[in-house]
Amino acid sequence: MQPRWGRTVMSTENGTENDFSSIDQLLECAKSCRRNIVKMVHRANAGHPGGSLSAIDILVALYKTRLNVDASNPEDPDRDRFIMSKGHASPAVYSILHEMGYLSSDDLTKYRVMGGVCQGHVDMTWTPGVDFSAGSLGMGLSFGLGTALAASLDGSSRTSFVMLGDGELQEGQVWEAAMAAVHHEVGNLKVFVDRNRIQNDDFCENQMRMFDVADKWAGFGWAVHECDGHDMNAILGAIEWLDSITDGPAVVIAHTIKGKGVSFMEDNPSFHGAAPNDEQLQIALEELK
Amino acid sequence: MKLAASRDGYGSALVKLSTDPAVIVVEADLGKSTKSQNFRKLHPERTISLGIAEQNMMLVSAGLATSGYKPFASTFAIFTERAFEQVRNGIARPNIPVHICGSHGGIHTGTDGSSAQSIEDLAIYRSLPNMLVLHPSDFNSTEQLTIQLASTNSPSYTRTARNKTPVIYDEDAASKLELGKGAILSEGEDVAIIACGVMVSRAIEAAEGLSRIGINATVVDMHTIKPLDGKLISALAEKCGCFVTAEDHSIIGGLGGAVAEHLVENCPAPLERVGVSDHFGQSGDGDELLEQFSMGTNHIISAVQRTIQRK
Repeated sequence: MQPRWGRTVMSTENGTENDFSSIDQLLECAKSCRRNIVKMVHRANAGHPGGSLSAIDILVALYKTRLNVDASNPEDPDRDRFIMSKGHASPAVYSILHEMGYLSSDDLTKYRVMGGVCQGHVDMTWTPGVDFSAGSLGMGLSFGLGTALAASLDGSSRTSFVMLGDGELQEGQVWEAAMAAVHHEVGNLKVFVDRNRIQNDDFCENQMRMFDVADKWAGFGWAVHECDGHDMNAILGAIEWLDSITDGPAVVIAHTIKGKGVSFMEDNPSFHGAAPNDEQLQIALEELK
Repeated sequence: MKLAASRDGYGSALVKLSTDPAVIVVEADLGKSTKSQNFRKLHPERTISLGIAEQNMMLVSAGLATSGYKPFASTFAIFTERAFEQVRNGIARPNIPVHICGSHGGIHTGTDGSSAQSIEDLAIYRSLPNMLVLHPSDFNSTEQLTIQLASTNSPSYTRTARNKTPVIYDEDAASKLELGKGAILSEGEDVAIIACGVMVSRAIEAAEGLSRIGINATVVDMHTIKPLDGKLISALAEKCGCFVTAEDHSIIGGLGGAVAEHLVENCPAPLERVGVSDHFGQSGDGDELLEQFSMGTNHIISAVQRTIQRK
């Protein structure tokens, strides 16, 4: 494989074979997930709604249309892997795992509660369907590289999908893994970067300027694609594009809005890691009807 | 006396383990030094090079292990520490059976100087739930215990040494070693010397010296630091009544710390710790440095005399 020193440009291409009814169903599912996200964080009075709401459309598209996973057999060794490296966006993961049949409504009510399976950060030892214990940023891509290399060794077609946050890209380990993935030519490692432009303290731009994120990945030799991370057609197109790259690792920079779907959370650094109060919850649920 | 380095025992174990197709070697460069290259030569297809990037190595190993492989990841002891939080959060916490080997542990590493001489690895890995922590003393015991690790379901850290040291066990004696069980190398009623790694041969020498002045020492090779063989220590507290620990590691938190914790909670008895006394190393010949840092055979003998007086 030759490193790909170039990249594709921002695309809103539609995926093929997507009829509007299935798109509507995906959007409806994402809305249901969003409602659960704000409810979970409100009930726990803690958690990370902003980065959950920015990531959820991609998770819905992946789980509903692409990942070969089965709630009745969560440990199937030949399942695809989904590695949520930005583990604080756990409400997004729990909400889609609920839609997929891994978690009950009751499980969701015990998010961050002692005795519940939904830990503050995603944890494979607690939650069925979670493939990676995250919570400390920068580690998931390395883990996904490990699962991808294992699949190659096994001669299996299973795929490892990883979601990274954009603030997370400030961790050096991400780039250790990015370099190694190209060296090992892993064609079964697919990454989404949730480019919501906000991290814990502030806008990324004010914390650590990353300039052109896509260029950085391209510079490491990855195949790079950009899309609107809330346009379901564009996300499906991006997944198709990821699957078309088979001779090396591929990344989609998904341009998203932190807090997407709840007006007062959108693009607001205050809702990276803060719960809505009772009144705010009602407004949010009204907006997510 | 035959000399060999425990890191070569690790390399030899990997070769023996290579008949198991699930065993896989993961490197962050330094395979020539840790001796994982012995495996690479035979099985390049099951050897994964990750470049000089230890943090990535730990999590790639975790990913491989959750997919059914048995990864053996190695670098220098000191550089595993660079990825401590990766080991903590990515391996120990989810209890993923990744086997980490840190070679070149301790002051005995020698001329490379203090940046390469880990004196805290046993302490930090011992503090992690789920981890097995090993520091074998010679070629054959390292080979044997590394082979045993492959059939455990726990993450582990094994420290090996750079330099050649006396071969203590023949293959038959090594085959009787068990993870988690201290090996009694000599029996005596006056004092128990609990040692690990390169200090075991010194403990044996010290016991020989002590016997000439009428002091009979039990010498234990405590190759497994965690889980500690508390049953043996309690039995020795009853039999000998006092202890010396000997390790090429800080006296804080390693073997000495582990034995002290067991004693104060279960069977209080005098203990003297021989090890690195809360300072960093320097360049020099390994044996010379152990003398310089008060960790030679004579220092163990003096420590024994002190602990007996405190009985």
